[in-house]
Amino acid sequence: MTVTDLVPFDDALASYDPVMGLEVHVELGTKTKMFCGCSTALGAPPNSQTCPTCLGLPGALPVVNAAAVESAVRIGLALNCQIAEWCRFARKNYFYPDMPKNFQTSQYDEPLAFDGYLDVQLEDGEVFRIGIERAHMEEDTGKSTHVGGAAGRIHGASHSLLDYNRAGIPLIEIVTKPITGAGARAPEVARAYVAELREVIRGLGVSEARMERGQLRCDVNLSLRPQGTEAFGTRSETKNVNSLRSVERAVRYEIQRHAAVLGSGGTVVQETRHFHEDNGTTTSGRTKEEAEDYRYFPEPDLVPVAPEREWVEQLRASLPEQPLARRNRLREEWGISGHEMQSVLNAGALDPIVATIEAGADPAAARKWWMGELARRANEQGIELTELPITPAQVARVAALVAEGALNDKLARQTIEGVLAGEGEPDEVVEKRGLRIVSDEGALGKAVDEAIAANPEIADKVRGGKVAAAGALVGAVMKATRGQADAARARELILERLGAG
Amino acid sequence: MTGTADLTRRTAAELAGLIADGSVSAVEVTEAHLARIEAVDEKVRAFLHVDREGALAQARRVDEARARGEKTGPLAGVPLALKDIFTTEGIPTTCGSKILEGWIPPYDATVTRRLKEAGVVILGKTNMDEFAMGSSTENSAFGPTANPWDLTRVPGGSGGGSSASLASFQAPLAIGTDTGGSIRQPAAVTGTVGVKPTYGGVSRYGMIAFSSSLDQGGPCARTVLDAALLHEVIAGHDPLDSTSIDAPVPPVVEAARNGSVEGLRVGVIKEFRGEHYQAGVMNRFDDSVALLRELGAEVVELSCPSFDAALAAYYLIAPSECSSNLARFDAMRYGLRTGDDGSRSAEEVTSLTRGAGFGAEVKRRVMLGTYALSSGYYDAYYGSAQKVRTLIARDFERAFADVDVIVSPTTPTTAFPLGERVDDPVAMYYADLCTIPVNLAGIAAMSLPCGLADEDGLPVGLQIVAPAMADDRLYRVGAAVEAAFQARWGHPLLEEAPAL
Amino acid sequence: MPGITREEVSHLARLARLDLTDEELDHFAGQLGDIIGAVARVSDAATEDVPPTSHPLPLTNVMRPDEVRPSLTPEQALSGAPAQEQQRFKVPRILGEE
Ligand SMILES: [Mg+2]
Ligand SMILES: [Zn+2]
Repeated sequence: MTVTDLVPFDDALASYDPVMGLEVHVELGTKTKMFCGCSTALGAPPNSQTCPTCLGLPGALPVVNAAAVESAVRIGLALNCQIAEWCRFARKNYFYPDMPKNFQTSQYDEPLAFDGYLDVQLEDGEVFRIGIERAHMEEDTGKSTHVGGAAGRIHGASHSLLDYNRAGIPLIEIVTKPITGAGARAPEVARAYVAELREVIRGLGVSEARMERGQLRCDVNLSLRPQGTEAFGTRSETKNVNSLRSVERAVRYEIQRHAAVLGSGGTVVQETRHFHEDNGTTTSGRTKEEAEDYRYFPEPDLVPVAPEREWVEQLRASLPEQPLARRNRLREEWGISGHEMQSVLNAGALDPIVATIEAGADPAAARKWWMGELARRANEQGIELTELPITPAQVARVAALVAEGALNDKLARQTIEGVLAGEGEPDEVVEKRGLRIVSDEGALGKAVDEAIAANPEIADKVRGGKVAAAGALVGAVMKATRGQADAARARELILERLGAG
Repeated sequence: MTGTADLTRRTAAELAGLIADGSVSAVEVTEAHLARIEAVDEKVRAFLHVDREGALAQARRVDEARARGEKTGPLAGVPLALKDIFTTEGIPTTCGSKILEGWIPPYDATVTRRLKEAGVVILGKTNMDEFAMGSSTENSAFGPTANPWDLTRVPGGSGGGSSASLASFQAPLAIGTDTGGSIRQPAAVTGTVGVKPTYGGVSRYGMIAFSSSLDQGGPCARTVLDAALLHEVIAGHDPLDSTSIDAPVPPVVEAARNGSVEGLRVGVIKEFRGEHYQAGVMNRFDDSVALLRELGAEVVELSCPSFDAALAAYYLIAPSECSSNLARFDAMRYGLRTGDDGSRSAEEVTSLTRGAGFGAEVKRRVMLGTYALSSGYYDAYYGSAQKVRTLIARDFERAFADVDVIVSPTTPTTAFPLGERVDDPVAMYYADLCTIPVNLAGIAAMSLPCGLADEDGLPVGLQIVAPAMADDRLYRVGAAVEAAFQARWGHPLLEEAPAL
Repeated sequence: MPGITREEVSHLARLARLDLTDEELDHFAGQLGDIIGAVARVSDAATEDVPPTSHPLPLTNVMRPDEVRPSLTPEQALSGAPAQEQQRFKVPRILGEE
């Protein structure tokens, strides 16, 4: 492999205008596969979720999964697409061992959804509209493991092992129109688009869209044209870019690489390329000896899909609020900045926070717990926030106990720790661990008196008007009560006793 | 009391009656047919695989059920020869191809399952042109089947094994598949009855696909009534086949029991005549038309101009679909694998295996289909062929506005000598001249014997065509014609076949 | 008459994954030329305004509910495999995409 020359990003943008096309594949979260009744559950033993249809056995036939069609229509509607009145499946013919029939049942010139758009918001708040060319239904391939080469790579492998559990899982392929006008922000736009699309998919509940699990995969098409010209240049297609960060890096890298090729008088080769997570570069895929010819034709084993207009309108009416609009509404309701909202989103905390507020918590408190203590714990364990064994209702209860004055922050953290450890509901944890705040006047008054007696110099300062010095006495009270005192009340009592109230 | 030889000469309806009333056991009937296979199949080579144990076990089950007083189906205990294109769990299924030699499917085709559930005794799997591509059964990787009327001639194809098994009394019933005539053309040249049901009438699940939009399984028998009884067993909606018709099966048995053409309007298409047609075939066809008139039908001459392009459209659509359907035979998951010496790539092994495992006709059609679907040629070839399909359907629609059924010769010639057309694909394709338009339109048709050609003494088939979902008309007309011919001849035509 | 060259046949064979001998290539080139010559007439018969027919029946919206059906056992799934390892289909090394 030769090291590719790169042009500095800013220099590349000074001479060229990038044009992108993003193709995203989403694995739907249906119970069964696209064309057969095999389960789609993850983690099953190899080849235990296969049947004659998804193994491509001679004689087997496909039957369309109604839930997958419904999900596809909902995705189309959420992306502001037209829904075809009549469309067909088509066979995309090419040989590959992970594809049991050696054709992919897909859609070609008659996609289910077409001509839509998705608005995405960039870091600076600007909204960029991405045109959606089409969203169509197809099926996933099996999974190959390469044996004998380095680290499971194809290169140098002696043979491969195939598991067809994933073969036939429903996919929706979403293709953008050429994205122009992004200029230097092309990498950011690409990332924001994929991130927003992921939110839309999750909001619809049609897929978990976890990129690290391959449930959402992105191919990046990129070309450059000299500034001020119209015609598109030759594009490269970088396959399976599988994280938001990688999307951004792949676009950036390809802009720099194309600029280097063009700048040195060369021509860009139309090819597929592979993105390398480790160093952020792309390398050429197998050189194509001839242009790909998939010999598409209408799938004769399936009949056309003609979504009833009335049904489509029902689905449209039941769509959830668009994620961008929802975020803007919540941001205003919560009174936070765009930047803070971005952090919430990045932490995957939006839905838990909303649910916690719905369970009665104050927005600030809900945000504080999920973005603070809980985010820290999830991070420590390397899991998603939603995977923590605590429910929004439990978090809301903790927040309520704090608001009532029954817990302070420290005790609330201990309560949460107890819930996460499986010790029960927040109230049970408080009970069992004896965490309830010390607020009865007798006990607290005694602790205050002892603190004053033990710190006469500080007490004098407070008497002399240095009210700020009372903090040290509050600290002593808290220490004496092992943190279970109501700090605000302790402060009141101290000032009262020392005549500084 | 009935002897063994007698049992193999009986119709399926008769055998079912004898079993039902206890005159013979299903095991006796099965043994008689297994003995007949043993005796004659060396010459005919109709079977690729005989499932002796499975057949006897099924027969015993039927006898036991009857002994317990359970109600059994109308064909319970009757033996049948199954075309090797249907998957059979635990029984080898080759589709006539070396690439599937030794493959034992882990599942039953819907047709297989329905036969088993009906108590039908599957004797074994019959020979066929590889992947049903051919009109002579010479394209089988396992050698040709002979025509029981003349062992030097072809039994038609692709379902030559099924038809030859009937004509040689090895089975009273058989199943075929018809993509361009593969049930009707073998029936015609072996003097038997074969029906291509309306597309979607019989499930294609587990029927190894040749051309998905044309393929249709159907019954083969020696009488119209037997075909109807079998039709009723295998037909009907199947949720595993998206192209299966979700409606009641037309009343085919009732129609076969009540043959009549009285007052019927029968169309004769003038395009089914001309240079490719043998004189003896046309003579028997003309006799049949005269007979229909005698029986009270009104004969109407029709023109279907687009039929002239039917053969061309078929030889684009079928190869195109097959080039895709057969891509799954890639040496990865099942079937033959050759050339895997540890150094070759999957791609190379796939190519080597397909090169070694497919016969010449399959390779020709796969390449033809690959060509017709290629981006530069799609519109001119595949696209145009699909338009011709529309024109043919319209021609039939116009015709059926005027007539109840259409009749024609089933094949332009009688059985041709083995080897004659093997290396002349275009000549071979003409065998399906009259049958192909029916497949392109997805409608129903039957072939039944209408006599022997004067010049060679070989059987000639009469084709009856009915609109979609009017399969019962085939049986009503077929039964009337069959009865009238047999009254004229004094016996079924097959009795004139030479002894084996 | 639209003929077909040996190179075209060789290209088709590669697309269709058919390893053909030189004799086969020659033989098929002639035959495919004949067949293509014979079927080319479809473009004369088909006029612009005729809609194509891909399916012989006018069915639409045939679907199944999203309910899990029993799969084959892995043993059944692998029963026809030319080679297997670790309950997976063992195949020769795959060229291409990494
Ligand atoms: Mg795709
Ligand atoms: Zn499956």
